[in-house]
Amino acid sequence: MEKVITAHQLTKKFGQFIATNAITFDVKAGEIFGFLGANGAGKTTAMRMLCGLSKPSSGEAKIAGYDIYTQTESIKQHIGYMSQKFSLYEDLTVTENIRFFGGIYGLSQQQIKEKSDALIQRLELSSVAHTLLSSLPLGWKQKLAFSVAILHEPKIVFLDEPTGGVDPVTRRQFWDLIYEAAAKGITIFVTTHYMDEAEYCDRISIMVDGKMEALGTPLELKQQFKAVTMDEVFYILARGAKRIE
Amino acid sequence: MRTVRYLLVKEFKQIFRNRSILAMIVVLPVMQLIVMPLAADYEVKNINLIIVDQDRSSKSEDLRTEAISSGYFTLVDYGSDYKSAIQLLDKDKADLILEIPNGFEKRLIKENSAQVLIAVNAINGVKANLGSAYLNNIINRYNEQIKISQSGSETSALIAKLDMVPKNRFNVYMNYRWFMVPGILAILVTMVGGFLTALNIVKEKEIGTIEQINVTPIKRRHFILGKLLPFWILGLFVFSVGMLVSYLVYGIVPSGSLLVLYVYVAIYLLAVLGLGLLVSTYSDTQQQAMFIMFFFMMVFILMGGLFTPIESMPDWAIVVSKFNPMSYFIQVMRMVILKGSSFVHIQSQLFITALFGIVLNFWAIMNYSKRN
Amino acid sequence: MKRLLSFVKKEFKHVMRDRKTLLILFGMPVVQILIFGFALSNEIKESGIVVLDNSHSETSRKFIEKVSSGHYFEVENLIDDNAELENSFKEGKVKLALVIPNHFEERVLAGEPSNLQVVVDASDPNTATVLTNYIAAISRDFQMQMSQLPVTPQLIQPEVRMLYNPQLKGAPNFVPGVMALVLMLICVMMTAVSIVREKETGTMEILLVSPFHPFMVIMAKAIPYMFISLLNVTTILLLSVWVLDLPINGSILLLYAESSLFIAASLAIGIFISIKTSSQQVAMLISLMGMMLPTILFSGFMFPIENMPLPLQVISNIIPAKWFYIIVKSIMIKGLGFSYIWKETLILFGMTLFFFLISLKNFKIRLS
Repeated sequence: MEKVITAHQLTKKFGQFIATNAITFDVKAGEIFGFLGANGAGKTTAMRMLCGLSKPSSGEAKIAGYDIYTQTESIKQHIGYMSQKFSLYEDLTVTENIRFFGGIYGLSQQQIKEKSDALIQRLELSSVAHTLLSSLPLGWKQKLAFSVAILHEPKIVFLDEPTGGVDPVTRRQFWDLIYEAAAKGITIFVTTHYMDEAEYCDRISIMVDGKMEALGTPLELKQQFKAVTMDEVFYILARGAKRIE
Repeated sequence: MRTVRYLLVKEFKQIFRNRSILAMIVVLPVMQLIVMPLAADYEVKNINLIIVDQDRSSKSEDLRTEAISSGYFTLVDYGSDYKSAIQLLDKDKADLILEIPNGFEKRLIKENSAQVLIAVNAINGVKANLGSAYLNNIINRYNEQIKISQSGSETSALIAKLDMVPKNRFNVYMNYRWFMVPGILAILVTMVGGFLTALNIVKEKEIGTIEQINVTPIKRRHFILGKLLPFWILGLFVFSVGMLVSYLVYGIVPSGSLLVLYVYVAIYLLAVLGLGLLVSTYSDTQQQAMFIMFFFMMVFILMGGLFTPIESMPDWAIVVSKFNPMSYFIQVMRMVILKGSSFVHIQSQLFITALFGIVLNFWAIMNYSKRN
Repeated sequence: MKRLLSFVKKEFKHVMRDRKTLLILFGMPVVQILIFGFALSNEIKESGIVVLDNSHSETSRKFIEKVSSGHYFEVENLIDDNAELENSFKEGKVKLALVIPNHFEERVLAGEPSNLQVVVDASDPNTATVLTNYIAAISRDFQMQMSQLPVTPQLIQPEVRMLYNPQLKGAPNFVPGVMALVLMLICVMMTAVSIVREKETGTMEILLVSPFHPFMVIMAKAIPYMFISLLNVTTILLLSVWVLDLPINGSILLLYAESSLFIAASLAIGIFISIKTSSQQVAMLISLMGMMLPTILFSGFMFPIENMPLPLQVISNIIPAKWFYIIVKSIMIKGLGFSYIWKETLILFGMTLFFFLISLKNFKIRLS
């Protein structure tokens, strides 16, 4: 299998504080890779480095074959990103947001039109296609944000706690979208707090105090830590953490 | 370049949906241009004079008539008590007291010289200066009258006749508003352009949308171009509204060419937007951006030569004002609108402003990074 | 009380953490005082002039020398024709041009009238008036000098006494003005924007559901700004005494008491704006257009109120800064006591009360 993310000893320091401490892992193409950890464990920092938003202090990583020090602009052609904060424009309508992001990813008019129609249909948003985002419920906006992040068919999409504050039904629908994307061959790199979501992933890693303490399929991890649920695995690891907010 | 178009469409949609921005670009200029020049009237009129006449003679009467008929003063009180006059001065009811002491006429005839006292409320310096100068002038003229009438009867001296013919140029009717309006418009365009640019980018930082843009493959210069262009157009729009208002309300028609004005403004706006961009790269919140911008605007306005002439400043301040882009804009506005100056006359201002534009934008682009 | 204290402490931390804004808040009055005190003046000195001498004579040279010997004018250039004159004006280098006629010398010496043309750049009417007056005085002097008159002593000698501000400095005008402006900036703009910011980011809701009375939450947010304001008053007073040599003639205690009243009034307005608006940009816009601008325009420190058209004069009465300006000027410069300013104090007090009451009322409506 082709590896789309390879990270080796990747580290980020802010002064004395080591946010991400020498993490090493690979992600294979088409995989759903779960990135777990308590608040402040260093997940977001690691993800921001991989997206080219933040410069690593040391270590190496390649995204879709491009180096994260020197080829960030090429990386950006091949990734999608959905941040923790909801980050589409609240003062634009659904279609305007799609058109805008399609446009800056360099899609043609024709492509934008087709994709936007398909997307609105898939998400059942046709009744609100010309409504400002600020008046839509959070769950709808999150699904839209995800769809916009994969609009340009990237190789990898990074999702930073995409389902925070969303009701269980919508979360389920959101994961349906993720599976659909994965089926199309898009690699999913997702951080989450929900242990039931961890079970949906092909492989997961758990970060504690900036270090990667566990890596494997959900089943492997449960066996390794002699636990029945992922909750227990997480609890065993996170108990020793010092950096819990 | 195609991505820039998408950015522009997005910016304009957002701008026209935001009522506070619309208010800023339409209501603010109109209101300010109408109210400010009415308020910013430094023409010294209504100088309030009190005459304390303790002599009550024909000569003191003469002096009083001279003062009143000069037309410079409004006589608010005519009495003989200095203390009550001072009290009126305290209450800001009067600006100036002319006290003619007891025995004034007697001394004038006997000793050929007599004193009067001019007491000035000097808190308002301009008024104090002009008021006392006017009063001095009146007394001098009265002196000269006596002198010439005396010498005329005694000797047939040769008196040189030098008639001064003053001729006012460029603002023939000495309309103070013609002087202020172009300057106020300059301030306005600067403020709208600077604040809007700075706040716009910081707002995207604050709500996090800038992250979403930063992970896209968009080029830094395209992003900045997409951000600046809308405000450049808005700036020109505000300027045009301002010119229209100053024509409709004050009847101001530029005596120079509009082309010269627009070319200058187009270049000037680049400098202002560059400043806004720079401020936005240094701030994390809208509040910060606003205060930093406010600070710069304050200094620019005060040191821009609008209210007090730059030539009157001490040398160090003149040097400081050379780093104030607004001062060049105010100069150019007044030169082109009032005097009809053309490209030849404003070339140095044009050149310096362009330099500001290049330096500020370059600095801002360097400082704006897509990753930290 | 203890809970209020912990709230206030939290707010202080917030304010202190934003170093850039804090720097501006404390730097602003200092820079303003320095600019007003040392950079700005209306004094007219060394204006550039050009001379078109058609006479080319001993007398005309004498006259030009006389003009440039005083410190009012500096002869930039002797020019030859009118086109050059036009250009000098349009480049903005000169403010006045002197055209000496043909046969100037012959006429002056013969006692015949000769016309001296003075062309003034009247773009700035005040400067133009003053310059014309200067040149008139110089030419009258020259006229007397050239006449063969026995020198007689001046008959009436005026003695000019500048009261309150003998050096004719602008300080007595602007120090109270800067004070009003800076207090407005901090209390209205800062307070309004930072409260609305909490609304925008949603943290306000958390505070509002706490067991504390919601209006107290808002008050707690205002207290740090009150302290910063009083600190700024102190800075301004110290600067004006030590740097500008402007003594405080009245009671310092009274001055602080009145400043506190004005701060309270401004805070009340800031809180009112924050209750009425829901976005930072709108709050900013309202405080800028509704308070800062009118303060600059109508407090009387930059623009003379008596020159304004009547409607504006009437409007100026509803600007709190106008009354504060009068109060500070009376105490600081004129050294007057409370009996002279009780009326202004009462007006300010009334305004404060008014804004607190309507804020309170609007606040209750929002919660129900």
